[in-house]
Amino acid sequence: MREMISMIVVLTVLTAVSGGLLAAVKSGTEVQIENQILKFQKAPAIQDIFPEATNDPLAERFTITAEDISLQIFPTKMADGSNAIVFETKGKGGYGGDVGLMIGINLETDQIVGARVTTHAETPGLGARAKDDPEFVSQFADQPIDANLALKNDSGTIDAMSGATITSKAVTLAAIQAQELYQKLKPEIVKQMK
Amino acid sequence: MAQSLAKEFTKGLWAEIPPFRLVLGLCPVLAVTKSVENGIGMGVATTFVLVFSNLLISLLRNVIPSKVRIACFIVIIATFVTIVELVMQAYTYELFLKLGIFIPLIVVNCIVLGRAEAFASKNSPVLSVADGLGIGIGFTLSLAALGAVRELLGNGTITIWGGTPVFEMGANFLPFQFMIEAPGAFVGLGLMLCLMNLIGKK
Repeated sequence: MREMISMIVVLTVLTAVSGGLLAAVKSGTEVQIENQILKFQKAPAIQDIFPEATNDPLAERFTITAEDISLQIFPTKMADGSNAIVFETKGKGGYGGDVGLMIGINLETDQIVGARVTTHAETPGLGARAKDDPEFVSQFADQPIDANLALKNDSGTIDAMSGATITSKAVTLAAIQAQELYQKLKPEIVKQMK
Repeated sequence: MAQSLAKEFTKGLWAEIPPFRLVLGLCPVLAVTKSVENGIGMGVATTFVLVFSNLLISLLRNVIPSKVRIACFIVIIATFVTIVELVMQAYTYELFLKLGIFIPLIVVNCIVLGRAEAFASKNSPVLSVADGLGIGIGFTLSLAALGAVRELLGNGTITIWGGTPVFEMGANFLPFQFMIEAPGAFVGLGLMLCLMNLIGKK
């Protein structure tokens, strides 16, 4: 009985202290990690989606808050002069947690310009191809904002990557979430950009 | 005391150097040694985890009930691995991207759990830190050595840190692409094991 209690007490104390320590380290590094992700993930993704942007989307970024949602927006001027925005959504249910997707949308035509996967922890060579090989995400390019962006398995229009259905699904969930957010927040975004 | 301290430290550098003598922890050895820089990064991360988990486990060795010791070791090791992961993301993001999934996998590296179970849970904190440091440095050196062989033959360069090569083969050198791909890891490791055994035989 005494042994039993000591096992429970030791494990409980140990996990509680570990949890507290990790929470402290996490909040201590949060701002710095955010900056690094901006520099090494979001900036290259924006560059890939809008190679000919005539402004500096990173410097002009702003955050809008509406209906309990807070979203970081990168405004972009396309080469032909039309306004576009880029923002990131997280697709739930990847193999290694959430899959981040940067999606660029043309504000004048309501068309998706392009999309790139950012932060993920998918398997190298399988799910990670969503990021390394732009062929999969290129299916989102030039789709209208109300297109059905689910996988073909889920009666949508997007082909899954072979061998990486779970990752593909997470990416499409991020894209669908982006469509919903855009439709909900567009008036607010346009107001902010003026 | 000083003598045994030195002994515990140096055994990790040669007599029990992890990948070549103990043949443990081969997953990161094969996976990340595409370049010297990756090898050193992985080695330093593992050394940090080894030293601190050894220290803590040794301090707690009389408190931890033996029936749940493995669970306690894993909690301690996983905590330090997560700290390494967060710190790497915050300060060396490019290296973190290259090592990627292999950083969280340090938790299941059998060297770390092996040292906890075989050494730290039976010895004093000072000796355990010396053991962790020695094994960690030995592991780092092995990764760097294998990384150097693969990078030199596969890419014609040696890059210690920061992306600029400190050594480059001449323009006439045709790289063995094969050496920086997965099979090159097995060939390189096999040859180094063979070399170590030849030297050790005397």
